[in-house]
Amino acid sequence: MKKTPLHDWHTSHGAKMVEFGGWMMPVSYSGVLEEHQAVRERCGLFDISHMGDVYLSGKDVSDFLQWLTTNDVARLQDGQAQYSLLLDESGFPIDDIIVYRLKSDQYMLCVNAANTEKDVSWIQRQLRGEVQLNDRSHEVGLIALQGPKSFEILSRLNFDLSRLKRFEFQITQLQEIPLAISRTGYTGEEGVECFVENRFLLPLWELFFQYGEASEILPIGLGARDTLRLEMGYPLYGHELSSQISPFEAGLQWVVKLEKGDFIGRSALLQQKERGMKRKLVGLKMEEKGIPRENFPVVSGGGELLGTTLSGTFSPTLQIGIATALLELAQEAHWGEIYIDIRGKMKKAKIVPLPFISKK
Amino acid sequence: MNIPEDLKFTTEHEWIRIDGDIATIGITDYAQEQLGDIVFVELPEEQENVEKGDTFGVVESTKSVSDLYVPLTGTVMETNDPLLDSPEIINEDPYGEGWMLRLKIKRPNEVKELLDAKAYQKLIEEEAE
Repeated sequence: MKKTPLHDWHTSHGAKMVEFGGWMMPVSYSGVLEEHQAVRERCGLFDISHMGDVYLSGKDVSDFLQWLTTNDVARLQDGQAQYSLLLDESGFPIDDIIVYRLKSDQYMLCVNAANTEKDVSWIQRQLRGEVQLNDRSHEVGLIALQGPKSFEILSRLNFDLSRLKRFEFQITQLQEIPLAISRTGYTGEEGVECFVENRFLLPLWELFFQYGEASEILPIGLGARDTLRLEMGYPLYGHELSSQISPFEAGLQWVVKLEKGDFIGRSALLQQKERGMKRKLVGLKMEEKGIPRENFPVVSGGGELLGTTLSGTFSPTLQIGIATALLELAQEAHWGEIYIDIRGKMKKAKIVPLPFISKK
Repeated sequence: MNIPEDLKFTTEHEWIRIDGDIATIGITDYAQEQLGDIVFVELPEEQENVEKGDTFGVVESTKSVSDLYVPLTGTVMETNDPLLDSPEIINEDPYGEGWMLRLKIKRPNEVKELLDAKAYQKLIEEEAE
């Protein structure tokens, strides 16, 4: 089992640890509800060093990434990032990733922890032209600072976050700690993600706590990371996104730039598009008590099976159960009255637009 | 970890307070700690007859779902309905306001099979290892 350089900090600060994607990670410290609320109202710090960091460089790297990923790499300038997908030839996702352009011949891909090995071996098999791959997942850590107080805490560290637009990043220093600060996140709140060499991970982590008041900033585990992302309707690999769900079914057509030229999976996607989608990802909000979890049947008032939930949780913001589900479009006429089968009990839910909560 | 001496326990982390032929049942401090923030509880109907080992309800936290098991055969006399709207009471006061149901005990000899505080302490120490 892999451990991040902050493992001892977590255990000595009361974290409950769980296995996630081959790593021992903190699931919560003070409690999921308190941590969730801290990020929505103040600020939270996440150790997400389990994420993979794959560096690609070389003269042909831009063309290669244009072939490897679904989004349009040509739109990126130095210091910009984009959300993207790795697809297989049949047009189904291998992973969702963020592509960071460091220089015209140097990029970094941030990939899911559990998929790092699979992604690296996939990318290596696809390599073409003059491109070098360097998997630095074991040398680079990642800390996310998320929440409305992020601006203030960063400004105390002499970093003006308003200099960066969403999905821009800067290679810089905070109190002499070298890092890349990226205005990205997985919570729906303002904030940053900081890529840093492992040996600077603990100093950076402690620096944020030193410059944030105890009433402003809390360490946040994977439990609240999941409730935060699900309230925003962000996909999680293995749930909303998998080798079984087409990007079109998952509502990710905005990441797939069919017009940019050829890429892996494109011809299969064109065929999918021609045939039409059979299923659609929707948000479901409970109308009575009961908490949906993944893989629960979704049924109509008449008892027809409409589909299955992909993720489900109790929404701390809405104080009710929420879920994403993949529903059969052939049954769309029955979507007006929906129940989730929660361990044999039919609990009423309704389809709502994503995200579940609206941010200012 | 709070383990009151005057209570009985089960391997499923429930506590039982015996008062004559009435048993009051809840989940232990250890159980609520392991579950984390409790956000949903399902309790049985009053007057329902329940058998030892049956599930009598469900407790869900932000992280996980646990069935609740009947520790003693009997009839449900009363359930703690305020928990349905405020399940966090179980986290705050598991042995007090967080009680879940009262049973009229049908088979008093089953009480002898319950764990005492010392045996329960040993059980959770073993689980922690």
